[in-house]
Amino acid sequence: MTQNSSSVLDHFNLFREPEYLEMFENKKKNFENSHPKERVEEIREWTKTWEYREKNFGREALTVNPAKACQPLGAVFVAVGFEGTMPFVHGSQGCVAYYRSHLSRHFKEPSSCVSSSMTEDAAVFGGLNNMIDGLSNTYSMYKPKMIAVSTTCMAEVIGDDLNGFITNARNKGSVPEDFPVPYAHTPAFVGSHITGYDNALKGILSNFWEGKTRVAKDKINLIGGFDGYTVGNTREVKRMLDLMGVDYTILADNSEVFDTPADGEFRMYDGGTTLEDTAAALNAKATISMQQYCTEKTLSYAATHGQEVVSFNHPVGVAGTDKFLMEISRITGKAIPALLTKERGRLVDAIADSSAHIHGKKFAIYGDPDLCLGLAAFLMELGAEPVHVLSTNGGNDWLGKMEALLASSPFGAGCHAYAGKDLWHMRSLLFTEPVDFLIGNTYGKYLERDTGTPLIRIGFPVFDRHHHHRYPVWGYQGGMNVLVTVLDKIFDEMDKNTNIPAKSDYSFDIIR
Amino acid sequence: MSLTVEQVKVRNQALIEEVLEVYPEKTAKRRAKHLNVYEEGKTDCNVKSNIKSIPGVMTIRGCAYAGSKGVVWGPIKDMVHISHGPVGCGQYSWAARRNYYIGTTGVDTFVTMQFTSDFQEKDIVFGGDKKLEKIMDEIEDLFPLNKGITVQSECPIGLIGDDIEAVSKKKSKEFGGKTIVPVRCEGFRGVSQSLGHHIANDTVRDWIFDKSEGKHPEFVSTPYDVSIIGDYNIGGDAWASRILLEEMGLRVIAQWSGDGSIAELENTPKAKLNVLHCYRSMNYISRHMEEKYGIPWVEYNFFGPSKIEASLREIASHFDDKIKEGAERVIAKYKPLMQAVIDKYKPRLAGKTVMLFVGGLRPRHVIGAYEDLGMEVVGTGYEFGHNDDYQRTTHYVKDGTLIYDDVTGYEFEKFVEKVQPDLVGSGIKEKYVFQKMGVPFRQMHSWDYSGPYHGYDGFAIFARDMDMAINNPIWGLTKTPWANS
Repeated sequence: MTQNSSSVLDHFNLFREPEYLEMFENKKKNFENSHPKERVEEIREWTKTWEYREKNFGREALTVNPAKACQPLGAVFVAVGFEGTMPFVHGSQGCVAYYRSHLSRHFKEPSSCVSSSMTEDAAVFGGLNNMIDGLSNTYSMYKPKMIAVSTTCMAEVIGDDLNGFITNARNKGSVPEDFPVPYAHTPAFVGSHITGYDNALKGILSNFWEGKTRVAKDKINLIGGFDGYTVGNTREVKRMLDLMGVDYTILADNSEVFDTPADGEFRMYDGGTTLEDTAAALNAKATISMQQYCTEKTLSYAATHGQEVVSFNHPVGVAGTDKFLMEISRITGKAIPALLTKERGRLVDAIADSSAHIHGKKFAIYGDPDLCLGLAAFLMELGAEPVHVLSTNGGNDWLGKMEALLASSPFGAGCHAYAGKDLWHMRSLLFTEPVDFLIGNTYGKYLERDTGTPLIRIGFPVFDRHHHHRYPVWGYQGGMNVLVTVLDKIFDEMDKNTNIPAKSDYSFDIIR
Repeated sequence: MSLTVEQVKVRNQALIEEVLEVYPEKTAKRRAKHLNVYEEGKTDCNVKSNIKSIPGVMTIRGCAYAGSKGVVWGPIKDMVHISHGPVGCGQYSWAARRNYYIGTTGVDTFVTMQFTSDFQEKDIVFGGDKKLEKIMDEIEDLFPLNKGITVQSECPIGLIGDDIEAVSKKKSKEFGGKTIVPVRCEGFRGVSQSLGHHIANDTVRDWIFDKSEGKHPEFVSTPYDVSIIGDYNIGGDAWASRILLEEMGLRVIAQWSGDGSIAELENTPKAKLNVLHCYRSMNYISRHMEEKYGIPWVEYNFFGPSKIEASLREIASHFDDKIKEGAERVIAKYKPLMQAVIDKYKPRLAGKTVMLFVGGLRPRHVIGAYEDLGMEVVGTGYEFGHNDDYQRTTHYVKDGTLIYDDVTGYEFEKFVEKVQPDLVGSGIKEKYVFQKMGVPFRQMHSWDYSGPYHGYDGFAIFARDMDMAINNPIWGLTKTPWANS
């Protein structure tokens, strides 16, 4: 017995104690009927080979460790970005428990959302009564200003008619006549969470814009897209636009609700785009999306109303931010202020200071399509090589765009993009064509463990590091954050690889 | 200023009335049946349970898929569990439950991986059986050391009429009799995780037990063979339990299902006794083994020294004197450690009140551990309990305890606001709500990334964690110093 009260051992150390090690050994030997150690080792080595890689890339049906989620997650993410809005997901209830957990694990914040709790009888007869009762209960209990409806795959497979159901519920008095209940069909078997983001946002906008006449104004709309850094990024974008004196509306602004204070009060709703601003957003001069692949339908919808639409690909770094600011400046006629110019200079300065440590380093990146484009562009700006860029939810259009980006820089030579592939594919890539660093979400830690490629956590979800969502990765300041994050890992690795006394520690330099 | 039991009852009753006011009439009537104040001497908590959640109220519950893939099957480490359907279900539950295991992931074990058929529209339209066949081929090809496959159905499977049983049988035959288990755990079935547990239990019966008789002739039984049933090894719980059973002289032949393997499942019918921790999720298979193989089962509780001690004796009572003596030896061995833990933490925790809302066995099982530390549980409820859980709860709760079944977000928030416990123990969805309110919180599903909490080793960690939650200095700083002036 090694447990003791003065220094309590938990799972980190307890199970390394001899009595537990012996127990594990006996369990394995006597009861698990496990494969011989040599056989396990043989297969483990085989999974590192080119032969395995080819088999692995030959997969046609099986997905292993994908880097994408399903549509309704994106719909919930959008909904909470509107003032006093409760996301309502029509279908099975377990899904909602999953979205809420997923978002809470990333943001370390509450995540409110309701379900219409459809069960077997609803599968047979349809979920109309669930919609009627559900809207009525949500309205009474949680006093929302708006209820944004989306769907799970169950409701989609049985073909529930959202529009009809909501009208029906309204007629039955579930919610007042003029109470906004926008909706979007968000089948999990089409696209991913970024598709759901798009559908839900379009659904909300059309709820307010349909049948209205646009009176063009100078204000612009800005959309962040599905973004794990929404808290930091949205605030940074606002700061930059404020500095420029731009009149803007952030659509689906969830930067407050995912960052509420611990002051004794639970805020189910906080901040968000006001419903008034959402309606008035129809009159905007332009709608600008920070993430093209999160907003394809939304932007084309805005375009049909006569707005200019512009999109970026999760811009990170100097040139990405330049382009963003110049577009804003072009559209609004506002100049880019001296302070931002100075911030730009500081980022350039920082990159110049550190470039020797990054130049020529090889990276693998995975994530949502826009994030991959933004990060790859930044890496090449740093003189690094994005050797493997993989997006599970990237399509052919993304693939073309990514390849064009790689072709645009000498640092992209020999680099490849992979659309629709998963992290088990990435595992093969890392074994057969190793890189220096991997950039991805928390699940990349399994790749780090298996392949030894150090992981830099940038993406969504990040469950096992705290609070990074509070820091922007957009703007020159955001570029600085990304730069420092990457550098910290590079330096940590350098130290880790040079710290053996009398063997490698001559390079254990005090100044780097 | 502490209230008398009678005052507590009056307050709790008033609180129930108050929360019901917010609901539309029909809903208030339904919810009223799930809320109660426990009356000492009653054999039941007098709440309705295991019935449908009401739409739109923000239930905390999950689904049958979560009960099967997430709870029962997922931890079986040497099998590949396919989340069959769209990508989300497997993604959100990927490695989130902390079912610890030992193995080379991706080679001979697969628990923390997400295998999915990633259904697309064409699979919905044309059916997914062909795809499933191909998936199984690819699993065999790329993961040759897997010992079996389960198909964890997501909602669409049951709606589009796929025949996963036929595919499983066909492929099993093709793969030389490999165990392939089709599980009909679509999320819309039943009212919570609970039916998923039951369905999963039944598939072990039908697709493992019935097909594995005589499969391990090398297995030599002993009179002291037991299986741990219903321990998912969260943060190592089953390990901290197994070590005690072995120390008292028993031989643990299987773990269900934390750090479990298919061979262990197959050999379980050879046990002399099944020891059952999570009654809710695995009573079904325990009853089946009792009926079919004559294996008795006993419920036990390894939270906190009082319950552990009673449980070790209860388990030992099924064996001879050697084991009974073994139990006493184990109890005596750990007594000084337990005393030291209590001496250290009880002064910091005595008199503190706790409100719980969890799943499975924990809404009752952890009460003793809190009481060992001088704490009091003043409210509790089950996410997906049945009436037999609420009956068992009466052995644990005190007169006047607030009982809430399938609590809604609104109710839980109001109850905590009014009762003002010193600690809330619930899940990730609740954690941040209460911390914003300035109420200390511990996740009681995942042990808040700590653990184990089972066994004597686990109790030391439990005590430490409750202390660090309640006595976290930050709770003194939630209010600005200038607000009061």
